[in-house]
This record gives sequence, C-alpha cells and structure tokens, in this order.
Amino acid sequence: MESRFVRVAVRIGAGLTLAFLYVPLVIVVIYAFNKSVSGDWPPQLFTLKWFSVAWQDATLKGALRTSIIAAIFATSIALVLGTLASHAVHKFAFFGRDAVSFILVLPIALPGIVTALALSSAVESSRTSIGLTFGLTAIILGHATFCVVVVYNNVIARLRRTPGSLTEASMDLGGDGPTTFRRISLPNMRTALIAGALLAFGLSFDEIVVTKYLAGTVETLPLWIYGNIQRPFDRPIVNVVAVVVLLLSIIPIYIAQRLTGSAQGIASAEAEEAGPG
Amino acid sequence: MATTSVAPRGARRPFTRRASAFLFRHRGAQLTFTLGPTLTWMVVIYLFSLVVLLISSFWTLNPLTAQVEHTWSFKNYQTILHESVYWRVTFRTVVLAAAVTVTDVLLAFPLAYYAARMASPRVRNLLLFAVVMPLWANYLVKVFAWKTMLATGGPVDAFLGLFGIHGWPGTSIYSLWLVLSYIWLPYVILPILAAFERVPASYLEASGDLGARAGRTFRKVVMPLVLPGVVAASIFSFSLTLGDYLAAPLVSKTLVLGNLIDQLAGGTANNKPLAAALSTIPLAIMAIYLLIARAMHAFEAL
Repeated sequence: MESRFVRVAVRIGAGLTLAFLYVPLVIVVIYAFNKSVSGDWPPQLFTLKWFSVAWQDATLKGALRTSIIAAIFATSIALVLGTLASHAVHKFAFFGRDAVSFILVLPIALPGIVTALALSSAVESSRTSIGLTFGLTAIILGHATFCVVVVYNNVIARLRRTPGSLTEASMDLGGDGPTTFRRISLPNMRTALIAGALLAFGLSFDEIVVTKYLAGTVETLPLWIYGNIQRPFDRPIVNVVAVVVLLLSIIPIYIAQRLTGSAQGIASAEAEEAGPG
Repeated sequence: MATTSVAPRGARRPFTRRASAFLFRHRGAQLTFTLGPTLTWMVVIYLFSLVVLLISSFWTLNPLTAQVEHTWSFKNYQTILHESVYWRVTFRTVVLAAAVTVTDVLLAFPLAYYAARMASPRVRNLLLFAVVMPLWANYLVKVFAWKTMLATGGPVDAFLGLFGIHGWPGTSIYSLWLVLSYIWLPYVILPILAAFERVPASYLEASGDLGARAGRTFRKVVMPLVLPGVVAASIFSFSLTLGDYLAAPLVSKTLVLGNLIDQLAGGTANNKPLAAALSTIPLAIMAIYLLIARAMHAFEAL
C-alpha cells in the first residue's frame, strides 16, 4: 500500500513523537539521583539522599494522606453514580438520553479555570445556607463530579459488549433479580468497575486545577508540589516526589489497561464463537 | 448510598427480591432509581455552580469596601469590552491554543498511523500503553520535567549547544507553547489513533486498485475519514489550553487568559465578579467550538 519512502517516514515520525513523550520523564528520573542542587546537565555525582530527606518531611506525608483520603471518597461516589447512570443509559430509551453523557463530560470538557471558578463560587454562596466550607469536603464533592464520567465510560463500554442474552438466560433458568445481578451482571462488569475506579482514583489523586480553588487551607500532594516547585533549594525534594508520584500513577494505569485489554480479548473471542453459528 | 435504601445488605432475600421484582415491573421506577442520583448530583453540584458563576458575573465589587454588591449590572462586561488588555490576552491565548493544537496533531499523525495501520497487534498495544501512561502522569510532574529541561544550563541548553545554538528563549511564550503541547499530546493522539483504526483497509485497497497513489489516497480517502477524530482530538488541546492557569506562570512570563482570570479571582484583586464575567469568554469560545465540532460529527469519534 504505502511506498517504502512513506513507511520509513512514518516510522521516523512515530519514533520522534515517542521520544518527545518520554525524554522529559527520563530526565526527571535521572535528576532524582543528582547529588547537586543545581540543575546543570549532565549531573556529575549521584545519591539517594534526597529520597530520605523527602521521607522525613512531615507536611509531605500529611499532604499525601489528604490526597489518598480525597481520592478514596471521590472514587467511591463516582463508582456508584457512574455505574447507575451507565445502566440507565444502556437499558432505557428516554427523552434526553444523549444529553446525559454530555452533562457528565462537561466538567472535564470545559476549560479548567471555568470549572474551578464555578465550583468555588458555589461553595462560597452555599457557605451561609448549608455551611459548606473550603477544604476536604469541597475537594471530594468537586473531584467526584468529574470522576463520574470515567467510571461511566468504562462500564457502559462493557455493557455494550456484553450480550443481553446472558441475563435473560439467567432469568429463564429461575435466577431472580439479585441473583442475576450477583452471578451474571457483576462478574461481567467487575474488571470494568476496577478499571474505572483506578482511573477515577488517578484522576482525583493528580488533580490540581480545580483542587486549588476548593482546598482552602488543606494541602493535597499536588498542592504541596505546586507550593515547592518555585523554590530552587527544594528542587531536589520536589524531584524525588515527582518520581515517586510518576511511579504511583504508572501502576494503577498498567493494571487498568490489563483489565480492560484482556476483557476486550474475551469479548472478541465470544463474538467469533457466536459469529458462524 | 442509594443502593442501601432500596436493598439493605442485612435483610436478605425477601426484601431484595420484592424490591427487584417491583423495579422489574415498574420501568419508570427503575429509570428513576438508576438515573436519578447521578442526574441530581450533576445538576445540584455542577450546573448549579455554573449558574452561580454566571449570576455572580453581574454583581460588582465595591472598590472602597472590597465587598461584593449583589445588585445586577453589566459593569463587568463593559469593563471587559472597553479595556484592550482583555482583548489582547484573549487573542494571544486563542493563537496559543491553535498553535498547540496544530503542533499536537502534526506530532500525533505518524505515531497514530503507525500504531493503527503498520504495527503488529502486540506492538500496537504497547504503543497504546506508551501513550496512555504519560497521559495519566501527574500534570505538575510534567510541568516540573520541562522546568528541569529548560533551566539555564539544563538538558535543552546542552542539547542546543551541540549545534552551536546558545540558549533556549527561557521564559518566553515559546516555552509555554512547548510545555502545553507536551502535556496535551497524549489526549490528542488517542482519538486520532482510534480514527485511523476505523478506516477500513478495503477502502485503501480500492483506492489503490483504482489507480490512486499513496498521497492521493491519503488526501481523498484517509483524511475525510479521520477528520472527525482530529476535530475530536482538537477539543482537548484547545479547551485545556484555554483553561490552563498553572503552567504559564511556572514556565514563562506570558500572561494568558487563564492567569488573568485566576489573578482577578484571588490575591490582591479579589474581584470574583469580574473574574466570573471574564470566564464567560473561554466558555463562549468552547461553546462555539463544540457546536462546530458537533456539526462535523466529531462527537461520534470521541
């Protein structure tokens, strides 16, 4: 199809793009072991000392704890809301069905500063009426709002690939609603739910654009990084934290990818089996 | 939350059975139960917030008391219309968003094409993961990476030095363009990759059989088919650039729309109503952008 020249050009272009994606990350990892505080290239001496300095930082640990708590709560809310909504949209035809996914994606589709300012205005205006203040609760409410779409997308993709005949067969064989849900629907959705939850957790754990407007005096890990990124003498510690955060985000993404990837394989195998018959 | 009210775990069979039978028979109730909580949440929290933002843009800040006065007026909008700084910054930000989008699309094309059409399934999956991983890497880590890269005497300076070029234009808008292009690149690659995968190989063969060369096949067959995917991808890079307020002060001295809104909303200005009025500009730009994207069937490509 493509000429030899095109194939070579595409390969080189793809390689350059990959390099562009990864060189900065590799550089950050290298600098984490740099003994010197200065950022001159190349680093001369290497050390692990910045890791132990970071480990002993109490405010850093506090920020990490806050981030984990916020992510757990936001993910739990998003799991319930995203799963329910995906079932409604998958199962029913109703007025405004197309609008549902549009509303869900709005918090991440609109410019970040708009979402941030809107949520912060809402918190401010509801302070007198329902006593909501800036801080952990506001962060959780905000994060859950844009995490819903991640769970929703994962679950609805799975529902669309799962044949409805499975639940019908279960019902025909005498399984009642709860049994069918527990024995058929849930095992089918399980990996999609885990993948959605991991992605929602990652989204919340890393978020700063909206968090900065909702946090008040509370400090999350990204806010800690933001507070210290401008200080030249804290550069090595920020660097170490950056590498740890990088590793922490690779693991859940890798698992999520494996879960949905393998499920895709199962679905296509099912389709092949069903095809000729 | 809502599940427990209908089917508490403690009281097993009889109640859950009755509840599920009820839901099975009453489709309306089932729809309310499944869609209700999510819709309520989104409307109460998100749409309500947007409405509050819109309303507060008509309030004004009393310059003497620094208090927000809850009287309706178009004063903030008049200020924005009459002061050229808002227009200059808006123009600059839109140009930046367009430049970032074009850069990302150009960078995305070869990788997406290679992964979708030339690579083996195993390599394709590896490449997919290689793109997804940096997408989920922390935003600030990526900004920090480029701060390190672009620092005086840092890797970029060392690299350019090899070609006898002295120094990257440090804190200029070019740094911001580079950093934002980097951060949003994975968001742009994924929809374009998906678009390339949806092009049936038989179309390309047909085009070739009918005598078209590679270049012509690309322009006449591939491009029209992947265009919705490209538009879908550009929604991300465009909207994210318009809404960004953190990267600009960290890597450049350039003022973009997001910063202007951020500065007005907090700090010494603390003029939330004016910030709210100004935030309707990116909102309006994105609304127009999304309408055009929808007309080009980009949503089906998301």
